[in-house]
Amino acid sequence: MRIYLAVAFFSVALLLSCSQSESLDANLGGTTTRQSASRNAFGLPAPTLSNEQRRIFERGDSFFTQNWVSSPASTDARDGLGPLLNATSCSSCHGLDGRGAPPDPLGEQANLGLLFRVSVPGEDPVTGGPRPDLIYGGQIQDRAVLGVPVEATVTTKWSTVEGTYADGTPWLLRSPSYELSDLAHGPADPDLMLGPRLAPQVFGMGLLEAVPDDALLELADPDDTDGDGISGRVNMVWDARLEQHVIGRFGWKANVATVEQQVAGAFLGDIGITSSLNPEKHCTSVQIKCAEAPTGGDPELTDERLANVTFYNSTLAVPAMRNVDDGQVQDGAKLFTEIGCADCHVASLETETASIDVLADQTFFPYTDLLLHDMGDGLADGRPDFEATGSEWRTPPLWGLG
Amino acid sequence: MRIHRRLAVTLVSLSLLGGGLAGCGDDGPSDDMVSSAIESYATGVHASYEASLTSATAMDSAIDTFVASPSDSTLEAARTAWLAARDDYGPTEAFRFYDGPIDDPDNGPEGLINAWPLDEAYIDYVEGAPTSGIINDPATYPTIDTALLTSLNEEGGETNISTGWHAIEFLLWGQDLSLEGAGERSANDYVDAPNADRRSVYLAQTSDLLLSHLSGLVDAWAPDAANYRANFEAAEPDEALRRIISGIGELSRGELAGERMNVAYAERSQEDEHSCFSDNTTNDIIGNALGIQRVLTGEYPGFTGIGIADLVADVDQDLADKLLAEVKTSVETVQAIPAPFDQHLVEGVSDDSPGHQAILAGIESLEGQTDTIVAAATSLGVTINVT
Repeated sequence: MRIYLAVAFFSVALLLSCSQSESLDANLGGTTTRQSASRNAFGLPAPTLSNEQRRIFERGDSFFTQNWVSSPASTDARDGLGPLLNATSCSSCHGLDGRGAPPDPLGEQANLGLLFRVSVPGEDPVTGGPRPDLIYGGQIQDRAVLGVPVEATVTTKWSTVEGTYADGTPWLLRSPSYELSDLAHGPADPDLMLGPRLAPQVFGMGLLEAVPDDALLELADPDDTDGDGISGRVNMVWDARLEQHVIGRFGWKANVATVEQQVAGAFLGDIGITSSLNPEKHCTSVQIKCAEAPTGGDPELTDERLANVTFYNSTLAVPAMRNVDDGQVQDGAKLFTEIGCADCHVASLETETASIDVLADQTFFPYTDLLLHDMGDGLADGRPDFEATGSEWRTPPLWGLG
Repeated sequence: MRIHRRLAVTLVSLSLLGGGLAGCGDDGPSDDMVSSAIESYATGVHASYEASLTSATAMDSAIDTFVASPSDSTLEAARTAWLAARDDYGPTEAFRFYDGPIDDPDNGPEGLINAWPLDEAYIDYVEGAPTSGIINDPATYPTIDTALLTSLNEEGGETNISTGWHAIEFLLWGQDLSLEGAGERSANDYVDAPNADRRSVYLAQTSDLLLSHLSGLVDAWAPDAANYRANFEAAEPDEALRRIISGIGELSRGELAGERMNVAYAERSQEDEHSCFSDNTTNDIIGNALGIQRVLTGEYPGFTGIGIADLVADVDQDLADKLLAEVKTSVETVQAIPAPFDQHLVEGVSDDSPGHQAILAGIESLEGQTDTIVAAATSLGVTINVT
């Protein structure tokens, strides 16, 4: 009898210790999670990939990681850099598949993973997206291949903002402002709007893409009908494949619909690499040297390679949450929900079907609703993007921040 | 009945209190045997880096001779010495991928020793760009020394490589522009070609730098010193085993089968083969495969100890047999890839050509053995995370 009791007690104790940690699931990416806290924690493939899928991942990885070179070159798979560019590879801004660094406060280091979108008031007549500047296009490229003028330099100036908390404790904040100089083709449009964009970490995009539209519409509450003071809404953006407006999911303003279009857009905008989605070089009509520069093929990124890099971005494993059994972490998670952080940074989302099998039927924990929220004047860039206003931003995912 | 209950409780307790090295009861290797295997590994790593340093020192002398009196024959001698030194370095790559001395995130020299692929135009002229590279830019880089080369390495991206094996390889062979043979750089590049003197300095300095990095690795694994090895041997045995097996697991699939073989194979791109200037890629691959085998068998250059497979055999003889058989097959399969590697990548060579199929067989064999390496780790109660 005593023996039975002892065994029963042991079992109860085991169950209890399990149920305590159930409140936090370390597997932030469902079955695509990796238990890794190493330097390469953002760069591993989902553990559920087959050998054939992993080989596609590896090929995508190589085109994500390695530098593109100027054309013509003997390395003909990877030539066609620029003519205008911000970086020579995806990984120069997303180092080890991670995020870029904010501008150097002393202004001594070049921007790494920070670029500037530009537009003028109005909309693109076809897509409804931002209207590019006639001279400088939709993005300032602060580098160029040899013989082509660099568009401009953008410098960050910091000012100090002071204030006090409700309890009287003073605070100090550094506030950035941005300045265009060395303009190669004369002044830009006087109404030019400048939007800074810092490279985010890359993993988990396939899961976010596979969340059904209905789930996002369910989370949205554009008119705050539930009265909780939060009015998230979806951005409706142009899908170049479907040639219609769909829900945006990626980018700081949820201005891109799919992983593929995010990848192809970054290849052209940031590295100057054309693809079938963006077949034209991004030279404006006044950028003659840019237009005359040699290309690295038509397009420079083949459809197969675009598909491989898209697959790579879609299937990077999500790193597991650390220290989920730590009491302080658990208390923090509770507070996070109680004070309303989780109202926008929604902890869990689900997928049903997915074009990549390992992403289907997952419950995962990105801590975002993918919706736009008005963050006020202090955080505004003043540059609208499809339906997002100058002060609206997409809730950034919080996974992998630690 | 009573006995059965006791037995039941004992089993429950055992399974709860177990969870040490051996996953299942008392069937695993003894603590002493595990310690011996860990010590054998450390001794083997030290012996392997010593062998690499020895042949790299011979290469460095040949390079010094070449730059002092450049000629076809001294160039050829330097190339031969590079190839010999590569054979000793290749197996040491099994000691990577666990943030040890070679690739410690703070000061590991791996990126300076063996980074690739090389964007060769970053170092020297290439076809179509006669003035490109650090060597041909005295205005920006007036003095070429080891400090400069170190500071420029991987600046602005992972392919801006200025140092290491492949930088030396490029400076000895030049671009490989032919299908039949390797690169054909002329000794005249070091006599009266533009910036010949700067090229000589670059080659000699990057060779010196490689030696100093290899010396550092020998020191880090030297016995009876206050170094990485001391910490390694003092670590919890399952942590040491985790590192050892993670290294061979990551090399086997993500690095060798994936990045080095599959990408070049599937993309058919010569720039993705490991030693593209010297056409030494197949030997590089064999060296890596041998490195994995050595860790498992415990047979290192000039030293034989207890291998990881011996530990596995103590838990699961069948698994150990399977592991050793698969790894042996992998070595034989990659040895069967006809050299040079790049002849199989050329446009027009069909997917079912024998050479192409030989590469694929190597990839599949290495991928397959990786699952067995992971299973071997699990059998020893260790979880590893490989690509």
